[in-house]
Amino acid sequence: MSDANKEALEPITGIESPVYLDYNFTAGQATARYLTKVKEGKLVGQRCPSCRNVYIPPRGACAACGVATTEEVELSNKATVQSFTIVHIPIPGNPIKPPYVIANLVPDGANISFLHLLSECKNEDVRIGMRVEAQWKDASEWTYAMENIKYFTPIDEPDVPAEEIGRLKDA
Amino acid sequence: MRDIAIVSFVQSDCVRDAGALNEVELIMPVIRKVLDNVGIQSAQDVDFTCSGSCDYLQGAAFAFVLGVDALGAVPPIKESHVEMDAAWALYEAVLKIRMGQADSALLYGFGKSSPGELPIVLSQQLDPYYLSPLWLDTVSSAALQARALLDSGKATEADMAEVVARSRKNAKSNPHAQLKGDVSVDELLAEPTYLSPLRKHDCCPISDGASAMIIATVEKAKEWGKPYAVLKGIDHRIESHHFGARDLTRSVSTEIAAKAAGVADGPVEVAEIYAPFSHQEIILKKALGLGDDTVINPSGGVLAGNQMMASGLSRVGEVANRIIKGEIKRGVAHATSGHALQQNLVAVLEGA
Repeated sequence: MSDANKEALEPITGIESPVYLDYNFTAGQATARYLTKVKEGKLVGQRCPSCRNVYIPPRGACAACGVATTEEVELSNKATVQSFTIVHIPIPGNPIKPPYVIANLVPDGANISFLHLLSECKNEDVRIGMRVEAQWKDASEWTYAMENIKYFTPIDEPDVPAEEIGRLKDA
Repeated sequence: MRDIAIVSFVQSDCVRDAGALNEVELIMPVIRKVLDNVGIQSAQDVDFTCSGSCDYLQGAAFAFVLGVDALGAVPPIKESHVEMDAAWALYEAVLKIRMGQADSALLYGFGKSSPGELPIVLSQQLDPYYLSPLWLDTVSSAALQARALLDSGKATEADMAEVVARSRKNAKSNPHAQLKGDVSVDELLAEPTYLSPLRKHDCCPISDGASAMIIATVEKAKEWGKPYAVLKGIDHRIESHHFGARDLTRSVSTEIAAKAAGVADGPVEVAEIYAPFSHQEIILKKALGLGDDTVINPSGGVLAGNQMMASGLSRVGEVANRIIKGEIKRGVAHATSGHALQQNLVAVLEGA
């Protein structure tokens, strides 16, 4: 290679190589049973036959015991705030206007929390241990998704002490 | 060096589509059985756990982490993962035990290939600059290799058909096999080519499933009081990503691994060879230095069912189970990864 050619070469620092792959997603048998109930407007957890913990949403196994969670447990619409955050930054594509509250909620009768929105309350009043209730969308809009619940709203019940949240077991 | 005992091996049935079952639900039954065989409860009862899987099969980043839910993995546990066939998880565990950092290990591999287009998904195993942007699928690269092999005169289409006929016949005694039955070489040769020179039956089927194994030091296996096979040697080697830089009609990496693992140090009664395409069994038999007195793929091999990321571990497990049952005294297992036999692992197993 001549010196002139060497000088003409630009350093190549990257190439574009887009990847498109199609998949048929399957939720798994346990999660499919759970989502089928969500479509009927019910929150149904699954209990570990070994440690008795109730999981929601169930993924098929008790992660602590490594066994299938076969027993179904219908949970109430009431839950307790285990943790929360106030979102101030707008997220592209998200229609909800900040600031809003995302909370880790433990439904009554379950031992694990899931994420959902908290609304119809003052953000500064939200606290760990606060009691809340699911506000479901109109039944005509129900599908296989947690968005069937619009959000949770506070209810007039005494707070649950932090150390007791998610600890109750119905053996 | 510490001898390693293979104490238990379990695999699920090879099925074309596991349906609604997710990966955790595929793994749990084999983990349960493999633990029960040894008489232990959970991952807490071994010193080390290692899995083999590929997130591209599921199409989700860190998908392998969910697999841990099948273990009963309450901290502290020592846990690891290879984004490869679980035969390489076995390799990692062997190193761990030989270094004295563990006395026992649980290994598992799983793959649900049915959600995606497997040969296309596997195109992403190629180098990201020159080959993977061409979307070269695994069947096409195997066809390139088969063409080179036929043109070299080292094998004929009838030789390839014989591999398939034997696989289908042997698979009749394998309850986990997906494809089995009696079929003649002439019948196979009468089939049309699929990706020339490969016919459909020259290609392994796509299968969902999982397998699991427990290994330990010989002392630990004796403590458990279970029969076991001894892993005498294990080695793995890799070749270039670039097909042009390789002689596709040979498997040099298998030759080197076979030498290092000590394949030729004794008679080989049985060899379980991971050959996803019929012509590759011919290449691998030669690379492993096996004669006609060795029974090859008595399980039917992966032409009878190919659980991605588990099949390699299952080759080792198939040989181990035959030794544990007392059917044979010495055997060889082989695992492959990548396109056209790019990477190869060889293990030598003997009776206690």
